[in-house]
Amino acid sequence: MHSFLSRGNAIIAYSLSVLALLTFFCFLSTEFLDYRAKAKISTPKILVKNVPDYSASRRENDLGYLTFDLQADLTPLFNWNVKQLFLYLSAEYSTPNNALNQVVLWDKIILRGENALLDFKNMNIKYYFWDDGHGLKGNPNVTLTLSWNIIPNAGRLPIIQSIGSHSFKFPSEYTTDRL
Amino acid sequence: MIVSSALMIWKGLMVVTGSESPIVVVLSGSMEPAFHRGDLLFLTNYQQEPVRVGEIVVFKVEGRDIPIVHRVLKLHEKKNGTIKFLTKGDNNSVDDRGLYAQGQLWLTNKDVVGRARGFLPHVGMVTILMNEYPKIKFAILAFLGLYVLVHRE
Repeated sequence: MHSFLSRGNAIIAYSLSVLALLTFFCFLSTEFLDYRAKAKISTPKILVKNVPDYSASRRENDLGYLTFDLQADLTPLFNWNVKQLFLYLSAEYSTPNNALNQVVLWDKIILRGENALLDFKNMNIKYYFWDDGHGLKGNPNVTLTLSWNIIPNAGRLPIIQSIGSHSFKFPSEYTTDRL
Repeated sequence: MIVSSALMIWKGLMVVTGSESPIVVVLSGSMEPAFHRGDLLFLTNYQQEPVRVGEIVVFKVEGRDIPIVHRVLKLHEKKNGTIKFLTKGDNNSVDDRGLYAQGQLWLTNKDVVGRARGFLPHVGMVTILMNEYPKIKFAILAFLGLYVLVHRE
């Protein structure tokens, strides 16, 4: 009746269902929280060049370059069900070629317990700002936004945009000298 | 009975989520520290919600049987709504052009299996163990079979 196997089976089944229930409560406890926050972005330096894109078509495409300042306090976003924040700064604009272009310029991973008070001055972008053609020169409206993807211990994977974005325009002449 | 209800649940999930494979197991460390090997992802693939930058997509590449789970880095959308995008793994230092099929520069909607919406850690380790060590799978099956035969009341 109470063999070794049946006892083992009962213990494993019971602990698995308790674990599942605890995980579910962990998910429920943070599901309805507000993960929005403010960010302040500005761009001290903006250039545009026209060079061959060897990573893609080898045709000459517009290559944007900028540095940015970023201030944001993301400390309040962390709780027991936030394992990691994936932060990314993206540029959004439209060109005659494409109705919508989105390019990630910079990203950062913040684990729980790491410093989440951001204050960057004159940061270089991490990825090349290639356009799909010649839509950057003189582009009047490029919007920079900071967004974050919340990676929980268990639960949904929401993407949230910061409150506060920054719009700028590109110069109407190409820069020919080296960056 | 169990097999047929499992199949019904799977097919039902496919209809509800619009994805051909609504639950996937992460097989590589290219998205660490967000996803580790053996974590479980729940996917949806609604056509009316277009792919956007920063989302985690699961996509198939010609010539590779295993779908890849990576994040969208760049996206261009034409006026008629067709999109092309480039992906990158959080833990990789370069984008995915080297992983795509020869000569392929962009992914499009038809490559997408789904978008990651939910996350459950470690649960998929069971399937990884069973696939990598088939002996475990056979041992479990044999044990269960014996158990059923012996414990008939």
